[in-house]
Amino acid sequence: MQQTRTVELGTGLFVFLGIAALFFLTTQTTGTGMGRVETYTVTARFDNIGGLTARAPVTMAGVTIGRVEKIALDPERLDAVVTLQIDRQFDQIPEDSEASILTAGLLGGNYIGLGAGGSLDSLRDGDEIYLTQSALVLESLISRFLFSQSEDDDDD
Amino acid sequence: MTLAAPEGNLIELRGVRFRRGNFRVFDGLDMAIPKGKVTAVMGPSGTGKTTLLRLITGQLKPDAGSVRVGEYEVPSLSLSRLYEMRRQMGMLFQNGALLTDFSVFENVAFPLREHTRLPDRLIRHIVLTKLHAVGLRGAAELFPGELSGGMNRRVALARAIVMDPDILIYDEPFVGLDPISMGVIVRLIRRLNDALGLTSVVVSHDVRELELVADHSFLLAEGRVVASGAHRELMDEDSPLVRQFMHGEADGPVAYHFPAKDYGDDLFDRGQGPR
Amino acid sequence: MGLIREIGATLVAFLRALGSMAIFLGRLIIYAPAGLLRFRLVVQQVHNTGSLSLAIIMLSGFFVGLVLGLQGFDLLRRFNSENVLGGAVALGLIKELGPVVTALLFAGRAGTALASEIGLMKATDQLSAMEMMAVDPMKRVVLPRFLGGVIAMPFLVAIFTAIGIFGAWMIGVAWMGVDPGVFWSQMQSLVSMDDVREGIFKSIVFGVAASLVAVYEGYTAWPTAEGVGRATTRTVVITAVSVLILDYMITAALL
Repeated sequence: MQQTRTVELGTGLFVFLGIAALFFLTTQTTGTGMGRVETYTVTARFDNIGGLTARAPVTMAGVTIGRVEKIALDPERLDAVVTLQIDRQFDQIPEDSEASILTAGLLGGNYIGLGAGGSLDSLRDGDEIYLTQSALVLESLISRFLFSQSEDDDDD
Repeated sequence: MTLAAPEGNLIELRGVRFRRGNFRVFDGLDMAIPKGKVTAVMGPSGTGKTTLLRLITGQLKPDAGSVRVGEYEVPSLSLSRLYEMRRQMGMLFQNGALLTDFSVFENVAFPLREHTRLPDRLIRHIVLTKLHAVGLRGAAELFPGELSGGMNRRVALARAIVMDPDILIYDEPFVGLDPISMGVIVRLIRRLNDALGLTSVVVSHDVRELELVADHSFLLAEGRVVASGAHRELMDEDSPLVRQFMHGEADGPVAYHFPAKDYGDDLFDRGQGPR
Repeated sequence: MGLIREIGATLVAFLRALGSMAIFLGRLIIYAPAGLLRFRLVVQQVHNTGSLSLAIIMLSGFFVGLVLGLQGFDLLRRFNSENVLGGAVALGLIKELGPVVTALLFAGRAGTALASEIGLMKATDQLSAMEMMAVDPMKRVVLPRFLGGVIAMPFLVAIFTAIGIFGAWMIGVAWMGVDPGVFWSQMQSLVSMDDVREGIFKSIVFGVAASLVAVYEGYTAWPTAEGVGRATTRTVVITAVSVLILDYMITAALL
């Protein structure tokens, strides 16, 4: 019966490791771990979201406080409506905070950074952030740069 | 259906034809194996002795003809009927064919564990009884790799009789054994047949060992039965083919040479030249 | 003319092999519920294929992770984006390298063992002996080994992937100084549940394919020493090719 015991022990160890690994992969490597945290939802409108995608992080002072839940186009105003999910524990964010779309590194993808405002009232579930700054799109940046260059030239 | 069918012949083959590729193994084979006796099937190598066993056990189907075992018409059986029939048969393979992962005890217990729900104590009782019958009760905890060829075959024999079959089939039981093991197997075949009321079929070409054990013998050659009768009678038979086989003469109707073209032509590369 | 005939014959042989393997799989699937009831036999085979492949899977996963960490770091540093290292490595491992490399290692370790074991049982008449004892070797020998392989594979893939990520973490965080928080948060923002599901789906498909090839080759091996040797070689080759083809098809279908 020694043999049966080794088989049981070996199989048990194997299945345990396998389930632990699966658990690790499903909870630690994906962003769904946030799903269980209590959140509240706010929206923000941008003229251009650049490369922002759903599930991108929302940060404040560099700290991740939430995620982009979904991105939609407003069919009338023709701007992007971005829905943000923010961790319930950060409920002291001033109402007049500014949301900007930033880039992490050259390939790092976009995320949303919140800059604190000065209001005493905090953002509540369902509120909208009015102060927004769109993504920096490289092409428009370059054209603006060239434009200002030529203006400078005119001044001379 | 059972095997405990009519008295007389327990296994009957009628007009069996079987071909492998273009080679005709059997061409109208007739054979009747009597109940309760030890029947020997002899023949030179390559005459289809093993094929004959596979036809009887339903592992092969004949191209034509009938194979009857007890009340079963073997070629037309469904798989479940076939397994039902095989439960009443035991077979001893040439090399024993023990399951190498299992101990001797578990090998003999294997059919019981697969087909019955007997309690462990009863299984142990049955297995040890059968192992005792072949003289290997002491080897129960060993593994097949630790046994000699003769012991392997005796364990396989214990396994073949563990379900108390009505028919016991031996495929070349004497091949590659030392004289002592050979004597043990011969005695076991006889004793088991008489003590358990079996019908035994022994396929072999060891004429002298069969002489000690066979009640009735068949000699196969060229796809059919060329002689049959009591073993003693076959020894005295006059037909040249039977004489050649029974007395082990090198040349006779079964040529020593494989069919070939003329020796001189071949050596000096005459005629059609090499293929 | 001879060439055309030869190509035709090869095609016919290929289709026949494919068909006979499909029929074999069909039989296994029909028998599967009954086979699962004999739980002990299956557990024994999960042990044989899974636990015994554990060492090679863990070792390979670790080194694949190390290499991915080094190469990924070197590549990403050129774009000033070392912080996505965790995400890049995790995506590559979860979606592609984990399932594929594990399946290839499985073919080499467990697949060959299965094929040669079944082939040897056939060559030594053990399968015939079972048939004569009214035990169907398909159900008693082939099915538990097949199920064991199918069950073991997703676990092996998960272990390989998790250890690979750990290896990349060692390079990136412990050695190259990527910030641990960034490493994990970038991974979490890049990898979605769909990616993990894709990896698990692939591991199940590859588990079926690799186990099927191994037991089929063993069961249909020519019952000689040479035949068994050839069956093990064929197991590795056929598994490798079919896993890579299946991988492409699944990836293309899910994209």
